[in-house]
Amino acid sequence: MNPVNYLYLAALLFTIGATGVLIRRNAIVVFMCIELMLNACNLAFVAFSRMHGNLDGQIIAFFTMVVAAAEVVVGLAIIVSLFRSRHSASVDDASLMKL
Amino acid sequence: MENLIALLIAAPLLGAAVLLVGGRRLDAVGHWLGTLLAATSFVIGLVLFADLLGKDAEDRTLTQHLFSWIPVEGFQADVAFQLDQLSMTFVLLITGVGSLIHLYSIGYMEHDERRRRFFGYLNLFLAAMLLLVLADNYLLLYVGWEGVGLASYLLIGFWQHKPSAATAAKKAFLVNRVGDMGLSIAIMLMFTTFGTFAFGPLLGTHEEPGLAGGASEATLNGIALMLLLAACGKSAQVPLQSWLGDAMEGPTPVSALIHAATMVTAGVYLIVRSAAIFNLAPDAQLVVTIVGAVTLLFGAIVGCAKDDIKKALAGSTMSQIGYMVLAAGLGPIGYVFAIMHLVTHGFFKAGLFLGAGSVMHGMNDEVDMRKYGGLRKYMPVTFITFGLGYLAIIGFPGLSGFFSKDKIIEAAFAKGGTEGWILGGCALLGAAITAYYMTRVMLMTFFGEERWKNQPTRSPQAPSAEPAAAYGGDAAAGHGAAATAEPHPHESPKSMTIPMIVLAFGSVFAGGFFSIGDRFLHWLEPVTGHSHGDSPVSALTVTLATMVVLVIGVAVAYAQYGRRPVPVVAPRGSLLTRAARRDLLQDDFNHVVLVRGGEHLTRSLVYVDHTLVDGVVNGTAASVGGLSGRMRKLQNGYARSYAVSMFGGVAILIAATLLMRAV
Amino acid sequence: MSFPLLTATAALPAIGAIATAAVPAARRNAAKALALFFSLATLVLAIVILVRFDPDGDRYQLTESRSWIAEFGVRYELGVDGIAVALIALTALLIPFIILAGWHDADPLETGNKRWRPTQGFFALILAVEAMVIISFEATDVFLFYIFFEAMLIPMYFLIGGFGDRAHEHGEETAATQRSYAAVKFLLYNLAGGLIMLAAVIGLYVVAGNFSLTEIAEARANGSLDMATNTERWLFLGFFFAFAVKAPLWPLHTWLPNAMGESTTPVAVLITAVVDKVGTFAMLRFCLQLFPEASKWATPAILVLAVISIIYGALLAVGQRDIKRLVAYASISHFGFIIMGIFAMTSQGQSGATLYMVNHGISTAALMLVAGFLISRRGSRLIADYGGVQKVAPVLAGTFLIGGLATLSLPGLAPFVSEFLVLAGTFSRYPVIGIIATFGIVLAALYTLVLYQRTMTGPVKPEVAAMPDLRARELLVVAPLIVVLIFLGVYPKPVTDIVDPAVKQTLSDVHKKDPQPEVEAAK
Repeated sequence: MNPVNYLYLAALLFTIGATGVLIRRNAIVVFMCIELMLNACNLAFVAFSRMHGNLDGQIIAFFTMVVAAAEVVVGLAIIVSLFRSRHSASVDDASLMKL
Repeated sequence: MENLIALLIAAPLLGAAVLLVGGRRLDAVGHWLGTLLAATSFVIGLVLFADLLGKDAEDRTLTQHLFSWIPVEGFQADVAFQLDQLSMTFVLLITGVGSLIHLYSIGYMEHDERRRRFFGYLNLFLAAMLLLVLADNYLLLYVGWEGVGLASYLLIGFWQHKPSAATAAKKAFLVNRVGDMGLSIAIMLMFTTFGTFAFGPLLGTHEEPGLAGGASEATLNGIALMLLLAACGKSAQVPLQSWLGDAMEGPTPVSALIHAATMVTAGVYLIVRSAAIFNLAPDAQLVVTIVGAVTLLFGAIVGCAKDDIKKALAGSTMSQIGYMVLAAGLGPIGYVFAIMHLVTHGFFKAGLFLGAGSVMHGMNDEVDMRKYGGLRKYMPVTFITFGLGYLAIIGFPGLSGFFSKDKIIEAAFAKGGTEGWILGGCALLGAAITAYYMTRVMLMTFFGEERWKNQPTRSPQAPSAEPAAAYGGDAAAGHGAAATAEPHPHESPKSMTIPMIVLAFGSVFAGGFFSIGDRFLHWLEPVTGHSHGDSPVSALTVTLATMVVLVIGVAVAYAQYGRRPVPVVAPRGSLLTRAARRDLLQDDFNHVVLVRGGEHLTRSLVYVDHTLVDGVVNGTAASVGGLSGRMRKLQNGYARSYAVSMFGGVAILIAATLLMRAV
Repeated sequence: MSFPLLTATAALPAIGAIATAAVPAARRNAAKALALFFSLATLVLAIVILVRFDPDGDRYQLTESRSWIAEFGVRYELGVDGIAVALIALTALLIPFIILAGWHDADPLETGNKRWRPTQGFFALILAVEAMVIISFEATDVFLFYIFFEAMLIPMYFLIGGFGDRAHEHGEETAATQRSYAAVKFLLYNLAGGLIMLAAVIGLYVVAGNFSLTEIAEARANGSLDMATNTERWLFLGFFFAFAVKAPLWPLHTWLPNAMGESTTPVAVLITAVVDKVGTFAMLRFCLQLFPEASKWATPAILVLAVISIIYGALLAVGQRDIKRLVAYASISHFGFIIMGIFAMTSQGQSGATLYMVNHGISTAALMLVAGFLISRRGSRLIADYGGVQKVAPVLAGTFLIGGLATLSLPGLAPFVSEFLVLAGTFSRYPVIGIIATFGIVLAALYTLVLYQRTMTGPVKPEVAAMPDLRARELLVVAPLIVVLIFLGVYPKPVTDIVDPAVKQTLSDVHKKDPQPEVEAAK
């Protein structure tokens, strides 16, 4: 199969993820969408690795997974503490960063 | 012998420093210390005078170099003194009359609790005035010039609790500053043109003409006119004369010393000292004569209308200095006579002022002549000394004023041409008016009915009355307590009458002494030079004409004030009288144009500074603030909107990269 | 290597600042004494500099040079010429008096809070400013100068914004608002100037390759460093703008009346007598030496601005109702004279300008500190609230008058010498400018005497009737300043001797000669 198709798939997944981040309010869903974007990137890396015939892309994909795992740990912790303090998982309730 | 010159100044300067810094401990002896130091200076002056007389007429110049004052590349100002015949004349006049007035003030200021300070200021004045006439360069002269201005400021405003005195002092200083501006521009012009402003190299001597001769006539005219501006300020000449009348707010000894005998004549000194420049600047000389002629009439007219005895005398001072300036403007024909009149005027005008002070002293400080009358019985010494001064100033034959004024009128005619006739005519007319207003003063004060009886003096109509009850307390015991009661005229104490007698002596004999064998002329000629000019009229004719106008003036005044009773409340008077009472409207002009105009200018500038200059800055700040206020709305805290901007940014970057690739 | 005298002179007040700040809250008086001690010790070192400096020797003396930021050619280079020596002496002389005058100005209102130490902060900040001013006078490396020129703003900001007059006619609330407005305005103005200067400093580095004043000036003088005409002009303007804000020159002056009006009097004196001098000094040292051609190009415009400053400042001083703002506007007028003297490009003008910096520092300090004593007694800065003070407090009035007379440049007092030199130096090259500036002396008499008349003379106002005369501490502040004013008025030679050679060299940097008199003495 033509590896380019994997890239199309990656782009599609990334777009879905990005759209989800922008329009959904539930923090869990936003979080999952971010994961989706990360994995779309991973897919693209692996596809590139295949296309170029070297291992660079696969190595970076592993890095990304590690980062994603770390991010899940931190992110979920934030979401849980947010839910505890506000009793809601909506990202719009946490708008303390405005000036 | 040269080393004594510095001592001449040092003595009164020391007195000023000690008296002003010393504090109340010196209250008891301060006045004696001040008088003693003034007298010391006079004695040193006499010693130096004797020394000069012992030398040949041509090298009667002593110089003393103390130290280099402002040494800057290309600019050299020294503290150095030069004593020649001209300075010597002034030194003797200043210290002599000065010492007498110190003595007089001991009595006059007896009840003032700030007497020590008064003497400190007087000593300061003497030091500054001596510095003025002894300096050997214009910059050092300038120091003395402003120094006397400061002393005059302090003394006019001596009774500072009176707003009128404080205002008069400020006015005197400010008007003088305008003149000082002229002097500083003149010095700058000299510096630019000649690279120096020291008398020696600049003015030269008889044998050796100075640098002044090398400059163009336009430059010299410029310098001379600026010097004239300075002289106008200090000597109260039109158009800077307005301060002198107000300066009478000061204690009377101050009026006698500073505003009659010495400081106000500094302008004449400046012109005569700068003879070498004026001689080469005929246009400026013409202006000098015009200023002199105008002022001598102006002052005389003002003097006719004033009911305040001191202000009448102030008008007279202005007018007499007008004579001197006129003479100084005539060039070598007149220099010597300008100085001679200056000296004799110093005697009789100081005497007249002291007499006026004595009268006020006996009359509860009343200054309005309409409330005097018949005082000759009560104050015989004052009457006689004042009377002699009166005869001297109107030019009664044989007395001082006769010799000196006559010479000036003669010299004015000798100027030649139409100018000579006009100037001579003015001088003659001035002599007539002088006779008129002085007779008026004399008659209103010492003759006629006793108008002070049955009415308290210090009426509200005399706002400028001089309160010797200066500071409550002690002073009130002497004068203030009686201020509302009927006055009891009495003769003044010895310390006051003795100076008056000495000055009267000078008023009578000085002129004759100077004129016999042209002594004064020979004395001063080496410094100022002299030429006779050719008068279209003979000396005898001039003398006769002077006599005629003198008699006319006296007769008119007698008809008006001697034969008819003098009303206590001033009549409305003619338009001219009313204008003259207001100093010929000069003050009104100043008020409207300068004071009002200045107030509007500063007010609008304050407004401009606040709204425009500052407003631009504040406006910038406000618009930056407004912009950031709008920008901050973008920071709404929603994670989504930040994410959108991130995506947007990335998209733009990618698009830009691709676009660059494509190109 | 010899003892680093210049570093020590700048470091001593800095150490003093740290030491003073570290004094515990309760030991307020120890902090004051410590600050006074360090300022006096600095004065001693300044006198040592004065003695060690040889007017006829090298241009820059007591030099120190160490590598600092080698990558950018920034060096720690110090050195003083006659002009710098005079100004260091002025600074070191004035600070003890400023500290002494502000003895009680920063006492805490309530002593309950044990950690609240305003007094320590006040005196530490003053010493910090002194350290930075001194090192600005000493620096011969442009970058080093720039750093301290800007860093000075930080302590000044806190001094203006943090400490104010106790009594205020509109209450403490308004006072605090106005004070913070003044402090922010001061900071923004000077930061704006500094920012533009930073650009010019970087530009200079790009063109010249290093920051050393001596090297660049030498290269400029012998022609080995050419700058394109426009480059030079832009760089000059960048530097000049910062200095003109600091000095301040019309129309960049409006921060000064606010800053001087709202701060305590010692701080006001610090601003106008000491800190602002860095601006005029830097014009003389950096603008003229680094950019001689551009300086000449800009001279007409700057002279016009200077003359406007003179007249405008004086006229506004006449129109003020507030004593401190009046003195501030008078200072603007005087800074006009200084800048005019610098750019007249004659030896008299520049010597006069340097002398003017010194004299203006002393005379303004005298006038302003006495005004401060007056204000602290009545609790108002409005001229109209006073009257007849002369009768109740004659010594205060007398010293006030002397300060005022110095401000109006009365002959016999120091400012006259400098003002006349500036005028004569300007007149010899630009007569019209000189004559217009001369009007300034009449206006100076006007605002000074009006101020004196309204506050000191006339009937005694009931509010001032119980006013005490100067106290011993206050007299100790004023009397020495007056003595110096009189001494330098009668005998300014010690200062002119130091300044003159430096001015001569500066003039030769810009390739200018004094105009010769039209009529020469026949030799």
